[in-house]
Amino acid sequence: MENLEQLVQGGLAAVEQADGLQALDQIRVDYLGKKGVLTQQLKSLGKLSPEERPAAGQKINDAKVQVQQAINARRDALEQAALDTKLASESIDVTLPGRGQDLGGLHPVTRTLQRIEQFFARAGYTVEQGPEIEDDYHNFEALNIPGHHPARAMHDTFYFNPGTLLRTHTSPVQIRTMEDGKPPFRMICPGRVYRCDSDMTHTPMFHQVEGLLVEKDVSFADLKSTVEEFLRVFFEKDLAVRFRPSYFPFTEPSAEVDIEWGREEDGSIKWLEVMGCGMVHPKVFEYCGIDPEEYRGFAFGLGVERLAMLRYGVNDLRMFFENDLRFLRQFR
Amino acid sequence: MKFSEQWLREWVNPDIDTQALVDQITMAGLEVDGFEMVAGSFSGVIVGEVTNVVPHPDADKLRVCQVAGGEEVVQVVCGAPNVREGLKVPFAVVGAVLPGNFKIKKAKLRGQPSQGMLCSESELGLSDSHEGLMELPADATVGQDLRTYLQLDDVTIDVDLTPNRSDCLSIRGIAREVGVLNSLPVEGPEIDAVAPVHSDLIDVAVTAPEACPRYLARILRNVDLSAQTPLWMQERLRRSGIRSIDPAVDVTNYVMLEQGQPLHAFDREELIGGIVVRLAEKGEKLVLLDGQEVELTPDTLVIADRQKPVAIAGVMGGEHSGVSENTRDLVLEAAYFEPIALAGKARHYGLHTDASHRFERGVDCQLPREAMERATQLLMDIVGGEPGNIVEVTSKSKLPLDRTIDLREQQVADVLGLEIDGNIVEEILTRLGLHIDKLLKDGWRVHVPSFRPDLAIEVDLIEEIGRIFGYNNLPVTEPVGSLGLRPQPEAIRPLTTVQNYFVARGYQEAVTYSFVDPKVQALLDPEHEGIPLANPISADLSVMRTTLWSGLVKTVAYNLNRQQPRVRLFETGLRFVQNGDVIDQQPMLAGVVAGPQVPENWANGRRDADFFDVKGELESLFQLLGVTVEYAPGIHPALHPGQTAELRIGGQSVGWLGALHPQVQKKLELNGTILMFELFLNSIVTGYVPNFKEISKFPEVRRDLAIIIGNETAFSDVERVVKQTAGEHLTSLRAFDVYEGESLGAGNRSLALSLFWQHPERTLNEEEVHALFDGVIAALKEELGATLRS
Repeated sequence: MENLEQLVQGGLAAVEQADGLQALDQIRVDYLGKKGVLTQQLKSLGKLSPEERPAAGQKINDAKVQVQQAINARRDALEQAALDTKLASESIDVTLPGRGQDLGGLHPVTRTLQRIEQFFARAGYTVEQGPEIEDDYHNFEALNIPGHHPARAMHDTFYFNPGTLLRTHTSPVQIRTMEDGKPPFRMICPGRVYRCDSDMTHTPMFHQVEGLLVEKDVSFADLKSTVEEFLRVFFEKDLAVRFRPSYFPFTEPSAEVDIEWGREEDGSIKWLEVMGCGMVHPKVFEYCGIDPEEYRGFAFGLGVERLAMLRYGVNDLRMFFENDLRFLRQFR
Repeated sequence: MKFSEQWLREWVNPDIDTQALVDQITMAGLEVDGFEMVAGSFSGVIVGEVTNVVPHPDADKLRVCQVAGGEEVVQVVCGAPNVREGLKVPFAVVGAVLPGNFKIKKAKLRGQPSQGMLCSESELGLSDSHEGLMELPADATVGQDLRTYLQLDDVTIDVDLTPNRSDCLSIRGIAREVGVLNSLPVEGPEIDAVAPVHSDLIDVAVTAPEACPRYLARILRNVDLSAQTPLWMQERLRRSGIRSIDPAVDVTNYVMLEQGQPLHAFDREELIGGIVVRLAEKGEKLVLLDGQEVELTPDTLVIADRQKPVAIAGVMGGEHSGVSENTRDLVLEAAYFEPIALAGKARHYGLHTDASHRFERGVDCQLPREAMERATQLLMDIVGGEPGNIVEVTSKSKLPLDRTIDLREQQVADVLGLEIDGNIVEEILTRLGLHIDKLLKDGWRVHVPSFRPDLAIEVDLIEEIGRIFGYNNLPVTEPVGSLGLRPQPEAIRPLTTVQNYFVARGYQEAVTYSFVDPKVQALLDPEHEGIPLANPISADLSVMRTTLWSGLVKTVAYNLNRQQPRVRLFETGLRFVQNGDVIDQQPMLAGVVAGPQVPENWANGRRDADFFDVKGELESLFQLLGVTVEYAPGIHPALHPGQTAELRIGGQSVGWLGALHPQVQKKLELNGTILMFELFLNSIVTGYVPNFKEISKFPEVRRDLAIIIGNETAFSDVERVVKQTAGEHLTSLRAFDVYEGESLGAGNRSLALSLFWQHPERTLNEEEVHALFDGVIAALKEELGATLRS
């Protein structure tokens, strides 16, 4: 049986020295295969007495297990080493930029419009659209701005002919929606508007959102909450808001809305005008076939570029329409 | 309107400082644009008197003067041309500090000692006038501090009035508001009727009473218009932004500022046969005070004499009939012109005057007589003269109606959202100068004074109550409403889906002007004429876009010229096409792509985008929107004739995709391939609602083939033939290789296709597939002349 021990030691030594899976497999065949030296030992059992056989057999099996385990361990080690080598060869520079497309972005006006639309949609307002080339009736007349009205001078209007023009506000969409439907209404009318004016602080085209709520029972106090909440939600700030009497032909009472925008040197609030609003003028209801004794409404309007400028710190209105990619990319 | 705070405080003087006053009137709806000191900041300037002037021995333009006023008479060297003996001038003594922290010290000018400085208006920050020294009146108290003498501790307040508040275009009107806000009485100067001293009358005829319901005229004889307008009046005018001209003009301006009534003064000698207020006749001409000659249109109201127009009523007088230093007798006019009759007239002649501004907005129709008396008195004080009787022509029926408005207490509460105590309502209305005629069961009958033409209906009064009560004192409540759920069609994809898709695909959204350069547009869309604006901002923004490309290609050029080699833009918005009498305003979706398809980097390389890159992006978009779009080779004047696809849905054209035509591109001075698409947005956003189909459990069979076809045969033709012949269980068809080469023969190309079949309920057997496949090959040969590539 010393022979067996020697064989095992020889096998283990061979396993230890095997430098590849192939060599290791050969060792397995040589020791544990059908004709392997350890397997051959079992044949010598026949020479032993029946009483000696179980113990001797057990020893041979133990020897085989011992070698097999060594082979397994060695195989695992070799496989791991091979894998490690392979993985090492496959490593990449993960800090290099990825392949493919860059992201684009929405225009800041669209981004702002989408935010505004979302706020009001949640409060049950519909989003209404209308033509940009308008007739005099919808842009002025039905909004209580007759031909001789001095307020027309407040709107530097682009004309095509005396009765056709580019809308100066999105209010005509409210008129069209009221003409076509029945109260109550909750709507906002976003879109392009046009004024014949171009300098540092005016572009001949800009965007407005006008809102309108018509109900049987609605008051200036309701208008105040809507406007205040909107401004605080838009700027994500608990801003001070104030309402200043003003004049629009289509609302009465009318107000301009100022928000707190920093402080003056003496610590008082610096106010910034951001919106106009008011209670719908009874004449406007009459033009739309709504009885002003039955319904009341409030309306508000805001300039989208103005709000976007304040929100994002843009300092030049004209940039919105230059479409310089270096500007646009900042809003994605 | 600009006015002097000091002047206002003569009428009503609340115990608040300037800032508080300004805040108060702003919050009452008279928005203050700003206020500024009426003079620069200076000290040590007194009323000086020039007692002696001699030429400077060594300088032609300088004079050596002796000036009294300080502790002793001192010598001052002065270069102003109007310096003379006896003149009283602002004198900055040694130690004075002028605006800009300019300190006056003893000096020597060309060798002559000079102790102090004689000042012009601009040097004191009073005006921009550099016309020599400021001349003070002969009765000025020599030695008095100039700030005290001129009452310079005053500010000019600039209030930006809304067009409805014509009543505040005067000190009187602003004072009335301030009085209401502070519960203070308002007192102006006493105005008494001037007693006539002769019976000389001017003949007045009004033939257009609708436009001029009231006209007053008075003769003032033997005036001396060489007299000087008193300094206090000049100062008030200056602080109101009006230059002093001559006493007659100054007084009419002064009364206009004080009372709100524009007035005019004529030279009586120039009025032949009296005054006629009438509409102009066609072809009549008039040289205005500003020197320009205008041709009058027949709808213009004029003041004429018996021969010719002498003024555009309520706008501007004529040059010829105006007063001058030589005028002996003048005729003073005060009238009420109907705002509607005057609306837009001034603008028509390119004018905007203080008078037209007021008349267009509405002047108090009861004011002319009072204003006339006030002006007469002031004129007599300055230029003397003998007043006559006032001639008045009034068409009572044409004057604005005396208005009463019924105001319901409940309506005040409903509109403002607050029940305001009836006593407060009454008090506010009364303080505003409104009169409560009668108490009604549910409110008040309110009489509106003639100075508030803007108050016409109940809600106008409610606004007044809210305004004076303070908008910010009104409550804040949430609107309540009955709102049902609204339909939201699932098949219609929102615009945001389209926008967000393009953003994810690397496109930047652009917003370009709706009016474009007609020259650029003619290259891109020669078939449509852009609708021209009557009054464009500039030639390159003068017609409405008929295609969004007109703005986008310019944006591409703008960015390519700014070192942005890769430009991918999209835009949505209306395009405008005249269609007979109708203007078609269609929402469009357009895009332009220039430069590399993907940003250049180590992995992407640098390959410019081509037709199929953009087509692929549109195909994905259409999948997202749920629409099936066909692509047909097409011809578009702006696009490369070999790289243009017309996009169709159900046979209807919905837009174009292609490469910009190289010739157009050259004219636009653009380099590189530029791909463009434009689609009718409404045609592509209505997709479908998904409808589940059973998933087949059976295997899919694939067969590949390669055919050689002529170049003129489109893939879509191959696709059509395959789909017609491959049976109902063909699930997809894929082109996996397209090859052109000499070996195929000129004008040919090879197309490799994969066909996939799958049966929903069983496994397709070899024979079936083989038969279908052979059928496809036979049909391709038969119909398209295709040959199998071996």
